[in-house]
Amino acid sequence: MHSRVLTTSVGITALAAALAVVLAQAPAGAQAANAAAKPAAAKPAPATTQSAPAAKKWTLPRTPEGVPDLQGYWTNNSYTPLERPDGVNKEFYTLPELRAVEKKNAEREEEQTTPGTIADVHYDFTQFGLDRSQTRMADNLRTSVITNPENGKLPPVTPEGKKRAADRAEARKKQGAQYDQVQNIPIGSRCVYMNGAPPMMPPAYNPAYQIIQSPGYVTILTEMLHETRVVPTDGRPHAPATVRSWLGDSKGHWEGDTLVIETTNFNDKSAFRGASENMKVTERFTRTSDDAIRYEFTVDDPSTWERAWTGEMPFVKINGPIFEHACNEGNYGILNTLAGARKEDKRAAEEAARRQARSEEQ
Amino acid sequence: MRNRSVAVTTGMVIVVASVWLAVTTVAGQAPGYRAPRTKDGKPNLNGVWQAVNEANWDIEGHSAAPGPLWQLGAQFSVPPGLGIVEGGPIPYKPEALQKKKANYADRAKLDPELKCYLPGVPRAMYMPYPFQIVQSTEYVMMAFEFAGAVRTVYMKKQQAPADSWMGWSNGHWEGETLVIDTTDFNDLSWFDRAGNFHSDKLHVVERISAASPDHLNYEATIEDPNVFTRPWKISMPLYRRLEKNAQILEYKCVEFAEDFIYGHLRKVPLVK
Repeated sequence: MHSRVLTTSVGITALAAALAVVLAQAPAGAQAANAAAKPAAAKPAPATTQSAPAAKKWTLPRTPEGVPDLQGYWTNNSYTPLERPDGVNKEFYTLPELRAVEKKNAEREEEQTTPGTIADVHYDFTQFGLDRSQTRMADNLRTSVITNPENGKLPPVTPEGKKRAADRAEARKKQGAQYDQVQNIPIGSRCVYMNGAPPMMPPAYNPAYQIIQSPGYVTILTEMLHETRVVPTDGRPHAPATVRSWLGDSKGHWEGDTLVIETTNFNDKSAFRGASENMKVTERFTRTSDDAIRYEFTVDDPSTWERAWTGEMPFVKINGPIFEHACNEGNYGILNTLAGARKEDKRAAEEAARRQARSEEQ
Repeated sequence: MRNRSVAVTTGMVIVVASVWLAVTTVAGQAPGYRAPRTKDGKPNLNGVWQAVNEANWDIEGHSAAPGPLWQLGAQFSVPPGLGIVEGGPIPYKPEALQKKKANYADRAKLDPELKCYLPGVPRAMYMPYPFQIVQSTEYVMMAFEFAGAVRTVYMKKQQAPADSWMGWSNGHWEGETLVIDTTDFNDLSWFDRAGNFHSDKLHVVERISAASPDHLNYEATIEDPNVFTRPWKISMPLYRRLEKNAQILEYKCVEFAEDFIYGHLRKVPLVK
């Protein structure tokens, strides 16, 4: 215990120093406010920005092919929202403010374990580690993932984007009630798609990724739905425009020491925040320390937003391995809710028949 | 001089013997083929690969047959295949053979492929979809097109955290050959559409080596004391997908299987 306490306090001291540097630089906007707050035990806190003067000189690791080595198990686990919350008028929190936000969110998630509630029957979040606070946080002092527009909010939606959203809502309504058929249930509950496409936003649980590199490829395995993006980095073109998919077609290249992945060819169903199938996402992965990758992305879809927008968050290291997320294979939730709905239909029909019979008797 | 010639002769005998051994132990391998190397000196098996055979219908030799749905005509009838099982029928225990026959009779309802379930091993290797080998120093990943399945082969041995559909794979190199030892399966996957099956005691040892720039030799020893009387082997070539810019595409089949799985629970029934 004693040594762990010591390590932790050393870590916190080092972290505070790193944060001070980050915060001092933050208004200039030149450096990411990436902070790794829980360094691995027995290791001093690694510097999270390359320019931190107090940090020991760090050498970017490289693969046998000589490109930056991004390999390992990573998380982007975070409570940082995509858009800056109303009433927050600054770009960065202080560390105590961030901790307060995390605590509030953790408490809200833990409410789902309150005995006797429906949420508690669904999942025991605490027991299965489904609340985010039980996993390492990829601390992000930013008040929103969005960095541009500078107000931290999505740009205005175009008239075409608004019409599309209305059309989609209308089409969904025509399909009937949520439990009339499996197709009406949200896509994530059906284990079809869980935001595995870029931009890589933190999921509600299982925020684990593995990156491995082979000659000419970077492969990103996402724990949720075992989504695997095998990304060639040799500058080859995208798949033909007729080939569309939920995750899109990812093609990469290196710009200096930054991995750039451009993804197009989406179908019209993954629809990140109401986007169209013409969305283009450009991701930039830059290793900033042994412990962190800076992840930046730009979403470009002129038919949905008046201009392109950009976000940023850190990925930090976690221990592996990635578990097999066999979701569809054990999806009793769909079976049981649909079966329950049909039973309810039957009960209602019988009740109506009884009422009819009674009124005829009178 | 004399000593040297003895040494040379002895050396040649050893070389010849080991080539002969290689030829006889790995069926079909071109004698002496040496795969290109990765930067860390290992045989380079990276690429997009695919089996070209009929094993997914039935890993044993089988005749052509009508498909499960007359409405699909000749599109989905069963193509004949020589099979990939070595040395005669699969050595089922008597009670297991009964279960296999029951599986076969009910295959149009029971095959996990119908539900887009993870295919397990070795089935993932010969489904009629490509897969990509991604080879780094510590891990060899296999990304399969079917159901977006994935296997990670740990080249530094690790314990399985839990049973799973795709099992837990530890690997090592034996010369030209990638040897993969996979255990910790659940008992839910099948070997093919003909109902060949296993229990959670399944143990698969695969040997994969390059036989030419564009094909691999694949063999697997299958052991399961709950189901088989002895270990048995399958073998087949895997071919490189040579199309320009060949890649694994997305085949998220859950969506296509939902009415198969949940259709009976629709408010408005599907047209029969």
